Amino acid sequence: MAEPVALPTTTDCVNGEEKKEVKLEDLFGDVDSDDEFPSLRPKQQTPQSSSSDAPSSPTEIGPIGKASDPEVLRMFYQRLFPWRHLFQWLNHAPTPTNDFAHREFALTLRSDAYLRYRSFPTSDLLRKEILQLLPVRFEIGPVYTTNPRDRKQMKNSSAFKPLAKELCFDIDLTDYDDIRTCCDQANICIKCWSFMTMAIKVIDVALREDFGFKHIMWVYSGRRGAHAWVCDKKTRAMDDQKRRAIAGYLEVVRGGAQGGKKVNVRRPLHPHLSRSLDILAPHFQSDILSIQDPWALDDRSEHLLSLLPDSGLNASLRAKWNSSPGRASAQKWADIDALAKSGASKSLDAKALLEAKQDIVLEYTYPRLDIEVSKKLNHLLKSPFVVHPGTGRVCVPIDTRKLENFDPLAVPTVQQLLSEIDEWKGEEGKGMQDWEKTSLKPYVDYFRTFVLALMKDEKDPRVKRERDEDSMEF
Amino acid sequence: MLRSDNNRIDPKRRNVLDHRKKQFADPAYKESSYPHRLNFYAVPPTADITLEQFEQWAIDRLRILAELEACSFRNKSAQETAAHMKPLLEKYLPLDSNSSASSRLTAERQKDHYSHFILRLAFASTEDLRRRFTRVETMLFRLRLNDDIPRERNAFIQSLNLDWEPASEEERRSIASELAALSGFRKAGRDEEESWFKVDWERVPDLVEGRRVFLKAGKAYVPSREQTSMAVTEFTKRLERALELTARALPRLDEDDRLTPILDHLSKNFITPDASYNSSSSSVPGADISARNVDNLSQNFPLCMQNLHRLLRRDAHLKHVGRLQYTLFLKGIGLNLEECLVFWRASFNKITDDTFNKEYRYYVRHAYGDVGGDSIRRGGGYSPYSCQKILTEHPPGPGEAHGCPYRHFNVENLTALLQAVGITDQGVLRGVKEDKESQKFHMACNRVFEYVHKKEIKRVKDEGIMTSAQLETIVHPNEYFKRSYLLKNLGKDMTKSENVKMEG
Ligand SMILES: [Zn+2]
Repeated sequence: MAEPVALPTTTDCVNGEEKKEVKLEDLFGDVDSDDEFPSLRPKQQTPQSSSSDAPSSPTEIGPIGKASDPEVLRMFYQRLFPWRHLFQWLNHAPTPTNDFAHREFALTLRSDAYLRYRSFPTSDLLRKEILQLLPVRFEIGPVYTTNPRDRKQMKNSSAFKPLAKELCFDIDLTDYDDIRTCCDQANICIKCWSFMTMAIKVIDVALREDFGFKHIMWVYSGRRGAHAWVCDKKTRAMDDQKRRAIAGYLEVVRGGAQGGKKVNVRRPLHPHLSRSLDILAPHFQSDILSIQDPWALDDRSEHLLSLLPDSGLNASLRAKWNSSPGRASAQKWADIDALAKSGASKSLDAKALLEAKQDIVLEYTYPRLDIEVSKKLNHLLKSPFVVHPGTGRVCVPIDTRKLENFDPLAVPTVQQLLSEIDEWKGEEGKGMQDWEKTSLKPYVDYFRTFVLALMKDEKDPRVKRERDEDSMEF
Repeated sequence: MLRSDNNRIDPKRRNVLDHRKKQFADPAYKESSYPHRLNFYAVPPTADITLEQFEQWAIDRLRILAELEACSFRNKSAQETAAHMKPLLEKYLPLDSNSSASSRLTAERQKDHYSHFILRLAFASTEDLRRRFTRVETMLFRLRLNDDIPRERNAFIQSLNLDWEPASEEERRSIASELAALSGFRKAGRDEEESWFKVDWERVPDLVEGRRVFLKAGKAYVPSREQTSMAVTEFTKRLERALELTARALPRLDEDDRLTPILDHLSKNFITPDASYNSSSSSVPGADISARNVDNLSQNFPLCMQNLHRLLRRDAHLKHVGRLQYTLFLKGIGLNLEECLVFWRASFNKITDDTFNKEYRYYVRHAYGDVGGDSIRRGGGYSPYSCQKILTEHPPGPGEAHGCPYRHFNVENLTALLQAVGITDQGVLRGVKEDKESQKFHMACNRVFEYVHKKEIKRVKDEGIMTSAQLETIVHPNEYFKRSYLLKNLGKDMTKSENVKMEG
């Protein structure tokens, strides 16, 4: 595998120097929030889940090893990765601009070396370096005032500053571990994926209707979560204060493991929250009450009671549930209103009960965002279309028009895609790309459409604004 | 007066600063008049003041700002801060309302105006100082705005010409139900006489963050009662911009050799509480600060760190922010890097050496400044977190254990934790609960400290071993440890000194 060394040698980048200037908080964040590594917390639950029993060492064998195998990665980056669309997405124009050239890329190699501040004048040079180093994944950071590779030559260190980046969101199913019953930690199934469906619906509509953002792409993170990239020009230029404001506006479920009640919102409900409740209520009935059945066990139903305001009502509920063990969550939920109406408590405040029930719906359905990702202009996030080294699945965009149909377990793996190329029997058209022969095609098509719409709006926003102003005047 | 290019002192005029130069000698120039109590500080002052005034006014304002910052570090509520600041403001920086008809109105406002601009010069030089100056000046502005007489406040805000577009009647009708939801406790349906402004949401980020406005297609609909908040945001924004301009003009100021030492001195006196915590002052001589002794030392830890320690022992793991908070604390008590690595390696006993070296070793070294960028290494890594930082930054998410238990636990879990570490006194537990309910998390922590060290504190007070300054409110976990350790180990030293006395 003697590659020609036309690019900066790896020795330059693997030594500790390249790791400098990384914010400590970010570094710590990378370990646990990184969905490549299963959590290291010892399991107290019964180890029924197979994948979490797998050793966490990256040297493990089996299908997991295959996805990060250098030859697999090479074929993937060479034949399947949509380089041109990725370039246009970040460049916002057909010919290279600083939007692309001053953009930071960070590469994670199989040796675990983490190379920051890589940048590339053209799409081709990016592809070349990726093919040379074969990272297990790479991340996308902000566009800087100057070329990130030149940052050390700057006389004045403050002249090297992040200028723009998409507004990003990160939602991870491990943050739902206290309320999902079907799986835990790194494991997911179609049942708990519905938490993601709910999250995407609520956040997407808020970003569009409330903030007026238009170019929003949701991407499957390859295992147990999803990322959002809000790409509008104005959004990319937002400073940290504005990002914090959006994050705070959208954050509702707060507090750590010991914090008790996680939803505390003012009444009357803010329009964003009443709209979210309207979206979430049907999911609460089906996905939570019937499917997750979160309060079937006694200690779980105690948690439900701890969220209700009236001790008299709680006492009657507890008595009823004790007399019929194993009562399903949907029934327990219905019991609350039934007993309240029957006058089980004389002190009952109907309004407080209704509000507590709304808060419970929110605690069990409202998106749980990893909010730090959204607050900082210079946060790095994994690129779309890289392969998740643990599952082999490609981080594909999620078509929100068909959100309910998205099945994370049906997302193609790199091994599957490579064999699809081999098995392809159709006619080889001129300039046909390999990805067109595989089940990656609809995802790349979706990405292309997204990028084209973005580039169209980008082309001459001034003309567009003038037109808008005209239409307002007449 | 204090713009760089008209800042030279006429050498022939001793003790007097004459900053009138062409730029301010234009028709706009006049002796500043102050029609309003409050000031957006848009126009620099132009009249002469003496060097003594220059220095004294700046020091007086600085005293106020430092006190405000201390209030925020101690997590005082807005009302508590206002009550605490009232006598200080009256003494150092009084500002009477128009209706008071005080004869000192102009003098007070002039001092306010000048002192603000002098401190701008002192604090424009670095980004950190600028940020802190903006923060505390904004606090001062907000405090005064809230305490303004409503009629005068409205007149002041009107005078700012902030270019806020009122939402039209028709528009308001089309979103009436949404707006009603934001009118809070007012009766819905009855069309209150509240007026609404419509602005780009970016202009009111703090209102957006708190969901205090209705948002539609990027526009924020702001109720008129939030004008104060908008004025404050605008104040901050303009001050930030002005400070950057000042910073760029600063180099030319060096020519004036009489101002520079004063300004230097001012900015040095404005040290950060975080930075003021350094490891040399935190070390406890004679203590066995080593990996194997952490279990033993942990009885002197504040609750936040005891909690992390207990969870680490229970799970043999901590999530990332908790690990960071704890590592920096251990570093602060004097655990050196080698011992710290030994400590974490032994604590994470469910993982292999290989995993530890790959995934954790680097971050511990980074925290100590053993690896990382030049600036990090030069500074010896990161500072231990202060209470302020723990209370306000990175609140723990689901499944995370860092933060401040007094703030981030609910009452039941907090009580259970306190009982688990041996605090069973009902009076103390009740006090902690009340502190927590009124958001006085420092009070709760100090209350527990005082309870745990009751005997020792009485003794050092009685015998005059520690001054009251050495016993003031604890606002840093490492200070908690240091004081706890010293108090609990007093006996040994004191016996020694008594022996010496007896022999002598
Ligand atoms: Zn599941």
